[in-house]
Amino acid sequence: MGSGSSPCASCKLLRRRCAKDCIFAPYFPPDDPHKFAIVHKVFGASNVSKMLQELPIHQRADAVSSLVYEANARMRDPVYGCVGAISYLQNQVSQLQMQLAVAQAEILCIQMQQQGPDQLPAATHPSMMDCDVKSLLLSGNNTSDFGDQMPQFLSYTSSSNNVIQDPLKRESLWT
Amino acid sequence: MTSTRCAVCKYFRRRCPPDCIFSPHFLNDNPQRFTCVHKIYGASNLGKLLQETPMQLRADTIESLYYEAKCRIQDPVYGCAGIIWSLHQQIQIAQSQLARARAEIAFLDANVVVAEPTPSPGEPVVQQNGVDYGLDDPYDFWFY
Repeated sequence: MGSGSSPCASCKLLRRRCAKDCIFAPYFPPDDPHKFAIVHKVFGASNVSKMLQELPIHQRADAVSSLVYEANARMRDPVYGCVGAISYLQNQVSQLQMQLAVAQAEILCIQMQQQGPDQLPAATHPSMMDCDVKSLLLSGNNTSDFGDQMPQFLSYTSSSNNVIQDPLKRESLWT
Repeated sequence: MTSTRCAVCKYFRRRCPPDCIFSPHFLNDNPQRFTCVHKIYGASNLGKLLQETPMQLRADTIESLYYEAKCRIQDPVYGCAGIIWSLHQQIQIAQSQLARARAEIAFLDANVVVAEPTPSPGEPVVQQNGVDYGLDDPYDFWFY
């Protein structure tokens, strides 16, 4: 709340009177001016105010936190902002998926080798008998627990000529 | 006014000068692109950001801003940050699963070496049902 003694960080920066019902006051205390400065620089106070007004009160704190996060990401990387981080993390997830698939194929290989040929199901393909991880992966036996849940929402690299694909295939993240 | 104005100048109903900073990136045939970015960042901030960016990087800058703006419109509370948080979670889960798989490989390999592995009923299995993902407090994530 805007107190009589000290205006919130936003009103201080904007040099205006901090009203009792100032929409920024609960989220931008005067002891952290940098927080609002960053958000104002990237999004603009007016836009932030509109965004907060459109949200129920119980969601505004999280909205401010995410805006601050995005603003900081944009300040650190003015060209790619958060998108750079998303691309990097998605790459990490892909690599981990690959490693997991290799490990799971290796487990299958070991198990098959331990069981021995006479204990394998009749439908087992002969190539499985002489298994190696690569052949298992190529035969499509790799599984990933969360493969179906991975949204391929962008194919984005640091190349300046690449265009971000339509990234908003995020429905599966929130179901 | 002719239709050769860029989407930004058309939006603001002004003349589009030859050196308009927006025109290479906001073509007239896609007004929604600018509307989206303008809603979140504002034209003034956008203009300042573009002026501070080298020309060869402006296209990528606009693309990333457009993507983030779309994310924010679709998820007004978390925007792109929500995606990042979700990816961090998925990485943690994947790392945990990978660690379990590798432990299982080590266990199976050990079984091959030992002549007669006869695990007792109480012997713990490598792959456990409950996984402590060790998720950080999500609010730790916001504050860098």
